[in-house]
Amino acid sequence: MLEADGLHTAACSGGRYARQEMLPEIGHAGQAKLRRAKVMIVGAGGLGSPVALYLAGAGVGTLTLVDEDVVSLSNLHRQVLYAESEVGTSKVAAAAVRLRSLNGEVDIRTHACRLTRENAESLIKGHDVVVDACDNYATRYVLSDACAALGRPYIYGAIEGFCGQVAVLCCPPRRRTYRDLFPDEDALRGMTPFKGVVGMTAAVVGSVQAHEVMKLLCGYGDVLAGRLWTIDLRTMESYVLDI
Amino acid sequence: MKVWVNNKEVETAAVSLASLVEDLSLPAQGIAVAVENRMVPRTQWGDYVLSEGMRVVVVKAACGG
Repeated sequence: MLEADGLHTAACSGGRYARQEMLPEIGHAGQAKLRRAKVMIVGAGGLGSPVALYLAGAGVGTLTLVDEDVVSLSNLHRQVLYAESEVGTSKVAAAAVRLRSLNGEVDIRTHACRLTRENAESLIKGHDVVVDACDNYATRYVLSDACAALGRPYIYGAIEGFCGQVAVLCCPPRRRTYRDLFPDEDALRGMTPFKGVVGMTAAVVGSVQAHEVMKLLCGYGDVLAGRLWTIDLRTMESYVLDI
Repeated sequence: MKVWVNNKEVETAAVSLASLVEDLSLPAQGIAVAVENRMVPRTQWGDYVLSEGMRVVVVKAACGG
């Protein structure tokens, strides 16, 4: 059992996970579930940074990162996984170093490639939950279709400017897909994305996505299954809408 | 008739959700619309009759990450 693990025992007696394990919603049982869980994060940018950092910190056993990109200077205001010295290097490689230094108990796996219709299902298989931290519409349709086909919860998140949205898709009891939310794939794929964003939008939205993963894995709270949460940080106006 | 759109009061002559979307000059695609916190599929916008005080939320698609 997990108690045999020295680090885990230390954690239970006031160590690494003590502050979350003392919450009745999580406890030792929830911590064990987190440790057994395998979570895939598609995109290691603005959203992927807080998602990966908080899930690694929380002790999710296996984290798989998928991103083909390299770190650039204009990433650093929001992609808190990376440092100036890593500009020009592979995001997933730099992220793995950072995440392993944060929590050596987590198995960090990386794929320096793009998620496509061809590789989506083979990449996703073997994971319990998929987090969407990507930066384009095309990948979101691929992710949603693959998660629906495989029956994996799909933690959707997207940001622009000061606004963000999160939904838990392909997940009972309200199984909805990205296509239910935005059916017009051709139109969206043809739109030129606006790239302006403040780092805090990514921080808030990525943290909400990471916490939906915690709720799903530990089994507490009301998961956003089939519901969309939106936030506008300029006004702090926020909605939860049934999809 | 007055309805609420994203928490702002709007005076409109629109009868249906489709005509409200048009009146507000919203893009035809790349948005989702909810009434009383429930998304209304685009295919139903034309038949969805507005009533006084209805609460409408327009969500713009976003693709950043």
